Amino acid sequence: MNADAALSAPPVSSTERLIDALFDQASISRAGPLVTGTGTLDGQAIAILATAERAQIGADLALAMARNVLDVMREAPGRPILIVVDNSGHRLGRWDELMGNNGYLAHLSTCLYLARRRGHRVIGLVNELAVSAGFMALGMATDACYAMPEAEVRVMALNAMSRVTKVPLDRLTELCATSPVLGPGVANFIRVGALRGIWSGDLSAHLREALAEMPGERDTRRELGLERGGRTLARDIAAQVRAGV
Amino acid sequence: MERLEFRFAGRPGTPVAETGEALVGVVGSGNLEVMIERVDLGGGCLAVVDTSIHGFGDTWQQVLADFVDRRGLANIRLSINDGGATPAVVVLRLDQAWAGLEEGER
Amino acid sequence: MIPARHSFQEAGARARIRALLDAGTFREFCGPAQRHTSPHLPTLGMPVAFDEGVVVGEGAIDGRPVLIAAQEGAFMGGAVGEVHGAKITGLIERALDTRPDAVVLLLDSGGVRLHEANAGLIAVGEIQRAVFDARAAGIPVVTVIGGRNGCYGGTSIIARSCDRIIASEEGRLSVSGPEVIEAVEGVEEFDAQDRALVWRTMGAKHRRLIGEIDALVADDMEAFRGAVSESLGKSRPLDLDELEAEHARLAERLARFEGVSDAREIWAALGVNDPDRVSEIEADEFNRLVATLEGARA
Repeated sequence: MNADAALSAPPVSSTERLIDALFDQASISRAGPLVTGTGTLDGQAIAILATAERAQIGADLALAMARNVLDVMREAPGRPILIVVDNSGHRLGRWDELMGNNGYLAHLSTCLYLARRRGHRVIGLVNELAVSAGFMALGMATDACYAMPEAEVRVMALNAMSRVTKVPLDRLTELCATSPVLGPGVANFIRVGALRGIWSGDLSAHLREALAEMPGERDTRRELGLERGGRTLARDIAAQVRAGV
Repeated sequence: MERLEFRFAGRPGTPVAETGEALVGVVGSGNLEVMIERVDLGGGCLAVVDTSIHGFGDTWQQVLADFVDRRGLANIRLSINDGGATPAVVVLRLDQAWAGLEEGER
Repeated sequence: MIPARHSFQEAGARARIRALLDAGTFREFCGPAQRHTSPHLPTLGMPVAFDEGVVVGEGAIDGRPVLIAAQEGAFMGGAVGEVHGAKITGLIERALDTRPDAVVLLLDSGGVRLHEANAGLIAVGEIQRAVFDARAAGIPVVTVIGGRNGCYGGTSIIARSCDRIIASEEGRLSVSGPEVIEAVEGVEEFDAQDRALVWRTMGAKHRRLIGEIDALVADDMEAFRGAVSESLGKSRPLDLDELEAEHARLAERLARFEGVSDAREIWAALGVNDPDRVSEIEADEFNRLVATLEGARA
């Protein structure tokens, strides 16, 4: 590596450090916020699809991630995919909306769905931050999604939420103390069933365990939400409608 | 939110002829939804109002009593979710609800 | 004589369902009399709706069985909360049991309901998963957009996860709302008050021209009904070849229009002679234009 390249290389992100800690060995490359590659754990190859530095998911980034998923399906049928989620949500910009970013985000989740159907186990791990559509298109498009202890998951920051809902900030803050459906935070997203749990300590052990689990046929997140008391109605309402009552 | 409940004598002793329900209106600022249902209330009528505007119990009482009286209702339950509608809008929705109930039974 | 139009946009959710389905065929599930209302809104001092702002059930179109959901845009901006979302998820999952000719989603929504944000966000994820499951089982899922709220936020991603999107000229489809972009990125990036800019960037005509929606109709119930009827039984495969084709299409758009800042530049590049007129022309003329452009491309 020459000196210029060393100077221009971005500092190593927490996402890259996390990947290093998860695998026996990982070969990754970074292009802007996108981190991709392959990791090995107990001799098993795992595709890595990650973002760094709280990326904003623009149409171009969503497309690049979808490309990566399609390539894994073609080149390594059945290989598990680990998604390290770290984003500030979708990019808010005129050009992205002109292009139809919702279509790109949907394409990305569609690719992940197909990968799951074709036998790729898809695991999500929220590193620093996951926001709204950025959580929906990635973290929620997995077989199971986990989070690091320091991570944050949210729909919107509380002060912005207060402006939009016209509920005073101190009232919202107070309600957040008791209501898991309202405020930001990994603990709340665990309680509503959107996250399986937190990974801490021996990260490889967590990954090993997640990979070993058999993928379920059904979407069980409503059941988790009910068991954990964070989303007590969704399961039964959905079941009732499905039964046509 | 404030919850108000009103009971009206209706036509005591009237048996329940049929069952049915209708829903009209949408809850929003200055608007309300009214659900009207035929239930056995021994000929009486019941209204339950959940409103975002406090302190208008008397007005609700008047408007609802007039509606029950004007239509000669019995065994009717009215359930209302209100986002601050004016009495005129309330009367309009009540009449629409009744029309919807009758239409559904034709 | 021009027959009177029956506006889809002006109608409520129940009226939309009545107008789209064959008369007398609708059977509602989890209806308002069951009072499955949001437990979260009262905590914030907000009124609830007996149907939670969404009507779901089954019926028929031209005698063919469908499952249908209609968001009530006038209640909380059609936003998705826990119960609202679960009703839609359950409806789509029912398709796996009853195998209708389509699941029809009348979306009219700003996205996730912030008053129960976390439950709403997971709910849109579950709806999307249910859409994929139905599609994978070969059951078409059709989105219809023509309400006042357009289709924004998480619901815009749901829409594009379906087989097909039908929208009226007034329909809008985007992940970010104009006000949100302006609030965060500044008025120079996006002036939310500039209605023409909003329509050009997010409106159904632009979306039809770039291929993000499949059919554009006038704001008329019969037109919607006709377009939905044509979609029955037609599913788009959910396989690798299809996704590669979609990917190529999406990639080409980004490469071709990199750095473009106004939709009119895109329309001109696509072969529209007079981009300034696009907003004015009626649906019929617009569709003839699209047909000409598609013919020229093919």
